[in-house]
Amino acid sequence: MTTAAPAAHVLTGQHFMNGDLACAEGALAAGCTFFAGYPITPSTEIAERLARRLPEIGGTYIQMEDELASMAAILGASWTGVKAMTATSGPGFTLMMENIGLGMMTETPCVVVDVQRGGPSTGLPTLVSQADVMQAKWGSHGDYEPIAYAPASPQEMFDYTIKAFNAAERYRLPVFVLADEAVGHMTERVTIPEPSEIVLAERRRPDLPPGDGWLPYGVGNDLVPAMARAGDGYAIHVTGLTHDERGYPVVESQVHERMVRRISRKVQMHAPQICEYEKIMTDDAHVIVIAYGSTARAARSAVLAAREKGIRAGMLRLITLWPFPAGAIKDLANVVRRFVVAEVNLGQVAREVERYTRSPVNWVNHAGGTMLTPEAILRGIVQVKP
Amino acid sequence: MSRETAVKSHPLDPLLRADRLPHIWCPGCGLGSIMACLSSAIAASSIPAEKHVIVSGIGCTGRVAGYMKLDSFHTTHGRAIPFATGLKLANPELEVTVVSGDGDLFAIGGNHFIHAARRNIDINVVCVNNFNYGMTGGQAGPTTPVGARTSTTPQGATEPTFNLPLLAATLGAVFVARWTSLHVRQLEKAMSRVMEKDGFSFIEVLSPCPVGFGKSNDIGDGLDEMSMYRRNGVVSHDADLTEAGIDMKHDSPIVLGNFRDVERPALGVRQ
Ligand SMILES: Cc1ncc(C[n+]2csc(CCOP(=O)(O)OP(=O)(O)O)c2C)c(N)n1
Ligand code: SF4
Ligand SMILES: [Mg+2]
Repeated sequence: MTTAAPAAHVLTGQHFMNGDLACAEGALAAGCTFFAGYPITPSTEIAERLARRLPEIGGTYIQMEDELASMAAILGASWTGVKAMTATSGPGFTLMMENIGLGMMTETPCVVVDVQRGGPSTGLPTLVSQADVMQAKWGSHGDYEPIAYAPASPQEMFDYTIKAFNAAERYRLPVFVLADEAVGHMTERVTIPEPSEIVLAERRRPDLPPGDGWLPYGVGNDLVPAMARAGDGYAIHVTGLTHDERGYPVVESQVHERMVRRISRKVQMHAPQICEYEKIMTDDAHVIVIAYGSTARAARSAVLAAREKGIRAGMLRLITLWPFPAGAIKDLANVVRRFVVAEVNLGQVAREVERYTRSPVNWVNHAGGTMLTPEAILRGIVQVKP
Repeated sequence: MSRETAVKSHPLDPLLRADRLPHIWCPGCGLGSIMACLSSAIAASSIPAEKHVIVSGIGCTGRVAGYMKLDSFHTTHGRAIPFATGLKLANPELEVTVVSGDGDLFAIGGNHFIHAARRNIDINVVCVNNFNYGMTGGQAGPTTPVGARTSTTPQGATEPTFNLPLLAATLGAVFVARWTSLHVRQLEKAMSRVMEKDGFSFIEVLSPCPVGFGKSNDIGDGLDEMSMYRRNGVVSHDADLTEAGIDMKHDSPIVLGNFRDVERPALGVRQ
């Protein structure tokens, strides 16, 4: 089901704002009416903006006692039928992993924004990093397939927060906006469209009235169950235990197998619709730079500089990190000679790229604190190891 | 459950999920009668059943959510209160009751309890205190009395315990009571009261766990522990809560009552 954005929530027009604020505005435009969070640099501006804006539109802002509670609260809120979000950075993202797992298991739509900073631990609170990519994939225990977007500008912080809500509603899971400090704090022009131009997805509701045998975890071809709200009379049971189509706990490996495979499959089978990337000058390229988030901005300059030197360079900008755009990399791997993966972590995506190509992959990275420079990436392009 | 035994039949109750019975609780466990009190209180409540929501954490007590034929959420260990906070704030029409264990609410979930009480979020919290971690086989927790033997305190517990009604009252809970699984009428009335009341309400329910606590502490089986509640229970609604700690010694009083019923501006109240 899709609708247009609620007009009163959308600040249509041209703005000059930072990525965190654009993210907050994106959430409002997506119909988010509930935010629970705990302050942490460099994401705090999202909470501050929503603390002011949500009450204006009749929504709820609550500052919880920690990120364990924030994540639990947005799951609870989501089961009343509202769109709910939290925002954090690495240390808080770590605490959220517990209830991110509950959200995956109970198939609870919501959005978690992680504005990445240097880690491990308290790391570099005010400085950039992209080192939570694998935590977004594997951070909670057990098997599940997450969806994560990596915006590269304040405009994309707005756009992809809306897409994150749409994916959460469509596929019923916590969806990540994997931003980084540079994108969160950079100020640029942000165009907020007319509400009628913003298409929103809404979770599917039960097609039977209460009492008619509707199954809370029964699915059709798309593998995504419809979702009842608390208070509507369906007497749903929602548990983090392995459960059957009724939502009842079952201690059986076959039920577990069916359930865990389905919650992974429902994302994998929709990967072609979910995966987004941008190809820049790839048609005749010999060497492809793969980058995402704020690093993609420097990578673009590096590719242009390489072209000026006569090197046939191109770029694959990843927008969804999860599901990983493996198909795009495999396709390019058939025609290009080598890859350069530029990222602000010690090779989290580079290692993933190596799984999909036999061509050489040059890892250009550092641990965080500053953005990679175009010069560093250019050196990586020029000096690609054979 | 160190020893799971199935109970064959259960009084037919429209608020129970008959298709999930028999339940997994041990013979002599207090949880069945506490759940029956909760069902009766909900059935008697002026709020329609479909607006009642049960939220539990993890543990034997946490399984209550799964047996109630209501919108029910079995969350993660310790997080029932923040999950319930989200439900209630997002839809104040719901009547949200958290039912969970002493370990869940006061060890791993202690921080959430103190903040929910401070905020005075309009939820009801029922803590089933069986003085141990029943689900995982009888380890010590924050309410295990000093000297008590559990699987992790083979020489007897040494740490001081929480006095839960005192803690809740100090934090600002607007309703504070303590009853036992024996005092079913009083318990049901207290549950009815908190469903009508705005704000953060707290009921501690003492409950036998013969497997994890009673047998290893000279108390005996479930019935023996219930007799102890009868013998030692002292109902005193205006008790000095600083004197209301529990040590579960054979000759020590167990202070019971509805200790506090006050008003304070609350969060998430239905309009
Ligand atoms: C994060 C986490 N840690 C530990 C456990 C294991 N665990 C399950 S129930 C429980 C204790 C339950 O004790 P209590 O809350 O008193 O409930 P009871 O079983 O006594 O009713 C523990 C430690 C868990 N499920 N999750
Ligand atoms: S609380 Fe104790 S008696 Fe009750 S089911 Fe659990 S282990 Fe058994
Ligand atoms: Mg216990």
